[in-house]
Amino acid sequence: MLFLGPEVDWFALSPYLTMVGGALMLMVVGALTSRWPRGLTAWTTVAVTAASAVLALLAWNDIGDSGPTTLVGGAMAHDRFALFVALGMLGATALVALITDGELRGGENDGPEIYALLLTAATGAMVMAAANELIVMFLGLETLSLALYVLAASDRRRSGSQESGMKYFVLGGFASAFFLYGIALLYGGTRSTSISEIVERFQTTVAADRNDALVLAGVALLLVGLAFKVSAVPFHVWSPDVYQGAPSNVTAFMASVGKAAAFAAMLRVLVVALPFHRDDWRPAIWVLAVASLVIGSVLAVVQTDVKRMLAYSSVSHAGFILVGIEAAGHRAGEADAGSGVQAVLVYLVLYGVLVVGSFGVATVVARGNDGDTSLSAFAGLATRRPTLAVAMTVFLLAQAGVPLTSGFVAKWGVIQEAVAERSYAIAIIAMLAAVIGAFLYLRIMVSVWLQPSPDGATTERVPALTGFAIGIAALVTVAIGVWPDWLLSVSESVSAYAR
Amino acid sequence: MVAAMTSAVAFPLLTTLIFLPAAGALVVAMLSSRRPEYMKMTALLASVATGAVSIWALRNFDAHSGGFQFTSQHPWIESWGISWHLGMDGISLFLVVLTGVLFPLAIVGIDPHNDDPARDKPYFAWLLLLEAGVMGSFLSLDLFLFFVFFEIVLVPMYFLIGGWGYEGRVYAATKFFLYTMVGSAFMLVSILATVFIARANGLGRVTFDLIELAEGASFAASTGRWLFMGFAIAFAVKVPVFPVHTWLPDAHTQAPTAGSVVLAGVMLKLGTYGFLRFGLYLFPEAARWSRSLWLTLAVIGIIYGAIAATMQKDLKRLVAYSSVAHLGFIVLGTFAFTSQAITGSVMQMVNHGVSTGALFLMVGMIYERRHTRQISDLRGIQHVAPVFAAAFTLVMLSSIGVPGLNGFVGEYLILIGSFLTARWWVVVAATGVILAALYLLWAYQRVFHGEPDEDNRAFPELRWREAMTLLPFLGIIVFTGVYPKPMLERIEPAVDALIEHVSDRTGYVEPQPVAVVVDDGHEEGE
Repeated sequence: MLFLGPEVDWFALSPYLTMVGGALMLMVVGALTSRWPRGLTAWTTVAVTAASAVLALLAWNDIGDSGPTTLVGGAMAHDRFALFVALGMLGATALVALITDGELRGGENDGPEIYALLLTAATGAMVMAAANELIVMFLGLETLSLALYVLAASDRRRSGSQESGMKYFVLGGFASAFFLYGIALLYGGTRSTSISEIVERFQTTVAADRNDALVLAGVALLLVGLAFKVSAVPFHVWSPDVYQGAPSNVTAFMASVGKAAAFAAMLRVLVVALPFHRDDWRPAIWVLAVASLVIGSVLAVVQTDVKRMLAYSSVSHAGFILVGIEAAGHRAGEADAGSGVQAVLVYLVLYGVLVVGSFGVATVVARGNDGDTSLSAFAGLATRRPTLAVAMTVFLLAQAGVPLTSGFVAKWGVIQEAVAERSYAIAIIAMLAAVIGAFLYLRIMVSVWLQPSPDGATTERVPALTGFAIGIAALVTVAIGVWPDWLLSVSESVSAYAR
Repeated sequence: MVAAMTSAVAFPLLTTLIFLPAAGALVVAMLSSRRPEYMKMTALLASVATGAVSIWALRNFDAHSGGFQFTSQHPWIESWGISWHLGMDGISLFLVVLTGVLFPLAIVGIDPHNDDPARDKPYFAWLLLLEAGVMGSFLSLDLFLFFVFFEIVLVPMYFLIGGWGYEGRVYAATKFFLYTMVGSAFMLVSILATVFIARANGLGRVTFDLIELAEGASFAASTGRWLFMGFAIAFAVKVPVFPVHTWLPDAHTQAPTAGSVVLAGVMLKLGTYGFLRFGLYLFPEAARWSRSLWLTLAVIGIIYGAIAATMQKDLKRLVAYSSVAHLGFIVLGTFAFTSQAITGSVMQMVNHGVSTGALFLMVGMIYERRHTRQISDLRGIQHVAPVFAAAFTLVMLSSIGVPGLNGFVGEYLILIGSFLTARWWVVVAATGVILAALYLLWAYQRVFHGEPDEDNRAFPELRWREAMTLLPFLGIIVFTGVYPKPMLERIEPAVDALIEHVSDRTGYVEPQPVAVVVDDGHEEGE
């Protein structure tokens, strides 16, 4: 019997292949050559992501001509949904690489391994967003997660980092098992793991022929797995510990790229594959959203460590994104499905930039204070590093959703969708949670601006590349806040999925 | 950004009013910290230029038109139906001029008290940014744009109170920020709901344009009421109306003097202005329906504010509570739904800005001299600083509402205009006028009368710079009090247009007042 491989559109896959190739090259060349000149690894990583981004942009145009298709025998989706998320992830990865250089340079961990792992993790994340087959999605998830477990534990000098990696590994493995079991049950109910085929089954089979109990159980387990990855309440308990313990540059990656990948996967599973069960999963999303919003922002307020605060605030942001998914769930699968998915993707991309900037500032402060990221380490930052303080303020105001920042555009987008779908209750809860969250950001700002530097505080050294990355992130935050129209019109076509 | 650039080509007046102070803030922020003397000059220059543009707008304002003038409209976020739409009518005109005049005075009148002159830089930058935000709020004719400005003013004010305020500043600044933000949360959802419900009821598309929404959309009574309440919560917090006023005394007392002047002078008016522009105009039915609630809260505010002011030991807190009472009058006039009362309200917004702004300025001067605001620490200042006392007396009498000064015209119009539609509320509110005389005169007596003791004997007289700062305030107080006609005839057409809009939508018929005579002999009313 002759085995016929599926047709492969190499060009459409090139953004992913570039990333894999870049990771392999860094590993192999890095191992074979002597120590690289300063900053070269970071810039190589940035170059790889840039090359991948250029290819993704070409593919984006390509889709404009030929429409969304599937790749490799329907395993991957070639649509603007995937590419939009991928471009956001590539940007965030490049910023994280720059921050990583500032964090590692001169230390014993400096070397190509960390960067190779970052590229690998980003590839996994991109594959998750582009998966049109649940098994491929799982592969992407594992590629991302395994790289992240190692990255979280990568700071060998600190036991906190190892503890963080271990926690993430054990709980993440647990969540992956849920996810896999969910796929199995869904397969039992629909006789396929391909999103295209699942959708087709629902369209052609009458309800009586489907095994809905298995499908629903499968959806529930998939939701648990994904809710863990996006750290939605009540599956969030790992995130403060892991965020705090992991090196700040890795935390920035988790909170931006990792979160975006999990949310993109959630949209693929719920909105693209299972719109027929939207009335079943939407209430669950509602509960997750409200719980994340309220508990995330309330617990954030009582923290004393800035990284932990940002961890809880990222739980609250996950709640906001879930509000968008809830809105997208009202008319999922219909011809006029609303723009909930667009709002969610815009939120993911903008939040990714914001959070990398915020943790970037945290890396600088932590380095200047022996790894201390408590609120008191930030005290008087404005007198020591005024420009850094301004950047941090921009990020915090944006996270609080103050107008003329990208955070406001992101929040306005999801709330707009919720209100358009008449989910008034969740919209009001979200806005009130944002007020609680604002108190948290004010607390950090008070520390930065209004408290004096402690006696004998040394002025933090800002590594050039970290400063550059923070500057870019702040610039994007303000620019999108003032002129969001281009991003919104660019993202209009993301809800034309391939399946 | 693009909207700003394209609109700058044709010299749009109102856009300039917003961008001039914003650009000034940017320039101040980029100046070297080592030359603090340039900062004040730059800030002053930017704010004086803005003030000049606002006065130029006043000169070119067509007094006989009730519609929006100097409008400019440019697409901003087209995907969401949002445009950079500015316009000015008789209701916003004087608030804009007040903003333009008050900021340079606040900048020149009193310096931030801090030991490090390098810290002046953010102070002036924040003040100018605040001016841009306030201007934007008064000029926006797009719900999104209004919300952006309404929210953005919180940030500079937060930093002004938190950075240059007095002992309890961080608490007061945070309280101020969070209170206002809770209100805004409801308004944001309400704005979005308004837009989407309007799309389904008459408009057929998503637009945030105020005029299109108000003229084109119709809401079912119950829907309109919910939407109105969402807006009203935000405005009530900002005004502040009685049960949600508690942020105000803290914020006012802790803010630096310039902050208090601006807060009382123009920022509180964002609330009362919002009620008129967005409450009554967008949801006339709901505003009519809920008027008893607002009238009652307004009257409670008048009485409560006055009684609380009487009991204060801190001079600044006293003025703060008097604001609660004064703004009660403005809300009373707004929800009386007569042309006279609303005209009086608009006028009183300006009057309160002038007189309370001046009061805060003078309390700040007292603090600079004596480093205390406690009434019990001050005595007999009249003997050592008679000019200062005279200026204080004039401002105080204006605040009480003595005939011949500006406060009287506004309060009188509100009371007489409201009498036709809200008789019993007015009866109670009128006692507030007497209480105002009580708390202010009593405070004056304790601070300025009597024999000065050891500490107060060295109280310096009014300096030239201070006198020059106060002079415009005193001039406006006397001029508007004696000759309010130019102001009233510019406000009235816009107010009449608003009342007409309410009548069209709700079938409400404005009761016609009998002719009344204002003190200058000018005939008011029909």
